[in-house]
Amino acid sequence: MRKVLQPILAVALGLALGLGVTRIAGESPWHVLQILWRSAFGSNYDFGMTLFYSTPLILTGLAVAVPFQAGLFNIGAEGQLTLGALAAAAVGALWPVMPWPLAPVLATLAAILAGTVWGAIPGWLRARRGSHEVINTIMLNFIAAGLASYVTLYLLKNPDSQNPETRPIGAGYLIHQFGVFGGAPVSLALPLAVMAAVLVWILLWRTVLGYEMRAVGQSEPAARAAGINPGRIRIIAMSVAGGLAGLVGVGEVLGNAGKFRLGFSPEYGFIGIAVALLGRNQPVGVVASALLFGALHKGAADLDLETEHVTRELSLILQALIILSVSAEGLWSWMKKRREA
Amino acid sequence: MRPFPDACLRKCGRTALLWMAVLVFSLSSAFADFKVGLVLDRGGKDDKSFNASAYEGAMKAKKEQGIFLKYVEASDDNAFEPLLRAFAQKDFDLIIGIGFAQKEAIKKVAAQFPAKHFAIVDADVNAPNVRSLLFEEHEGAYIVGAIAALTSKTGKVGFVGGMDVPLIRRFEMGYEAGAKKINPQISVTPNFCGVTSEAWNNPPKGKELAMVQYDGGVDVIFAAAGASGFGVFDAAEERKKLAIGCDSNQDWTKPGLILTSMLKRVDLAVYTTIAEAKAGKFAAGPKRFGLADKGVDYSIDQYNEKLLPDSVRQRADELKTEIIAGKIVVPDYYKK
Repeated sequence: MRKVLQPILAVALGLALGLGVTRIAGESPWHVLQILWRSAFGSNYDFGMTLFYSTPLILTGLAVAVPFQAGLFNIGAEGQLTLGALAAAAVGALWPVMPWPLAPVLATLAAILAGTVWGAIPGWLRARRGSHEVINTIMLNFIAAGLASYVTLYLLKNPDSQNPETRPIGAGYLIHQFGVFGGAPVSLALPLAVMAAVLVWILLWRTVLGYEMRAVGQSEPAARAAGINPGRIRIIAMSVAGGLAGLVGVGEVLGNAGKFRLGFSPEYGFIGIAVALLGRNQPVGVVASALLFGALHKGAADLDLETEHVTRELSLILQALIILSVSAEGLWSWMKKRREA
Repeated sequence: MRPFPDACLRKCGRTALLWMAVLVFSLSSAFADFKVGLVLDRGGKDDKSFNASAYEGAMKAKKEQGIFLKYVEASDDNAFEPLLRAFAQKDFDLIIGIGFAQKEAIKKVAAQFPAKHFAIVDADVNAPNVRSLLFEEHEGAYIVGAIAALTSKTGKVGFVGGMDVPLIRRFEMGYEAGAKKINPQISVTPNFCGVTSEAWNNPPKGKELAMVQYDGGVDVIFAAAGASGFGVFDAAEERKKLAIGCDSNQDWTKPGLILTSMLKRVDLAVYTTIAEAKAGKFAAGPKRFGLADKGVDYSIDQYNEKLLPDSVRQRADELKTEIIAGKIVVPDYYKK
């Protein structure tokens, strides 16, 4: 019970603090709350946009949660998703004539592979060289951004646009968008992300490998004594995380833009850390909190639009306060766990 | 004493009052206001350059035309479309997107709301309800290129662009042609701050490039680089050389060091579009702003008048007249 209650309290506290700030800015908290609600769930289109923003957050949340269960902190989801999206777009741009069912499958596999490689590198460095994954994943984010710029602008540049983006992918690559959302780009990527959450749950709690991951995460010496190879587990955990983050490319490239656009991600990878913390690194929790953060991201823009005093910056403060109280709660329980261990 | 009807009366009175208020409010919003929604690029309204100019134009329309104005800044590239759509779904009459990044979103939303009017700056969207506000940047750049060449003592002038895109190449090409018109032997050094949208907001990079150019003998640099241009101005201050501003009038930012600014009157384009739409004269299709209608120009004010002697101004104005008359055709990167 406490497990469910604590995150909810954290959200409530963050929201209350945030609404207090809007009150100081001269906007009625009730009004702000109404706008947030309407913005997220007010119409099929609005709800669709919320789901659209939630989809990558489910995946990046999982990409943080899986290594967390194995005692690793993945700050590299941003770089992993960048390369995943780039790989999907590159496949679609280089071989534009490809029949439908094969094309998206191929691009999806490319996205997973690229993310996996980008996750495996810091996993391997940690396991074999002992260098910390926090530093390495952050540095790999920069390398991924540089690589993406280079490939986009020098190898696959879209000649018909001033925007920094790749050539459009072939028509056979586009995946189904659900019509009920009135044009919001909710695609097959959403069920794919939910399926990924289910698979992660099965992996972590119903397989030997998942048991070994959690064992390493909770106590490395105990895991080692039980005959588990922590290095191997770490590489696997980070690779799985990278693959999950890479899947973000499916929704963005195949289900939305039809190309890779530099800077398409409003830092999904970093919001994913908050999503995982709030979701207590459990797949179900991650899905739920991804929905919340998706709604908040959607709401930020609408707050700007519908109020007199709340600008984009203030709506970011609102999001930040929620993230802060969530992570404070997460930190607190993490420290407690540390002390007990 | 019977409290019940009394309370009921009071409640009824309050309800009536409320309804009256609602009526008055809805009447005023129905008749008094022409509603304009402005979706700014990710730079935001305080970039002192491109977006700032758009915001100024809209604010001027708010003051002088009595319109209702709402502006928003997009939080990510996927947010343009929902924002434009939100304006269209509400009772906004005219929706303006600032910057070429919104091209696809405007195209899509305008098709879904054929009864609404849209405008976009710096991109050509071909639709019956969209006005495309385009600027002849190369013409303005030509004039400031000539001014740079007339002022330079070393025979070397520089160019620092923001993001390396066709739009900025167009500035560069016009600038170089203008400089070469005055002095065919002049050397023009072009540099760009980067290849992503980060390049619009990277003053250290702008400064670094400008320092190298100044140290190599360049004594005037044209900065067409958004907020990165402020780095160029800093370098001009340190090396005691001259710089040329862009988009908004930036002469005031470093008085005595900014030779002139190439004005790109996004404010004018936004203002006239709003004024015409309000008067019921909205016209779709491309609208080009060039030297002839002062859509692009160079600036003279109290901050730079001492830097521009009459001879320079005269020559610049001669060139201007010749371009307007079609005697000089400025090379255009878009038509290359």
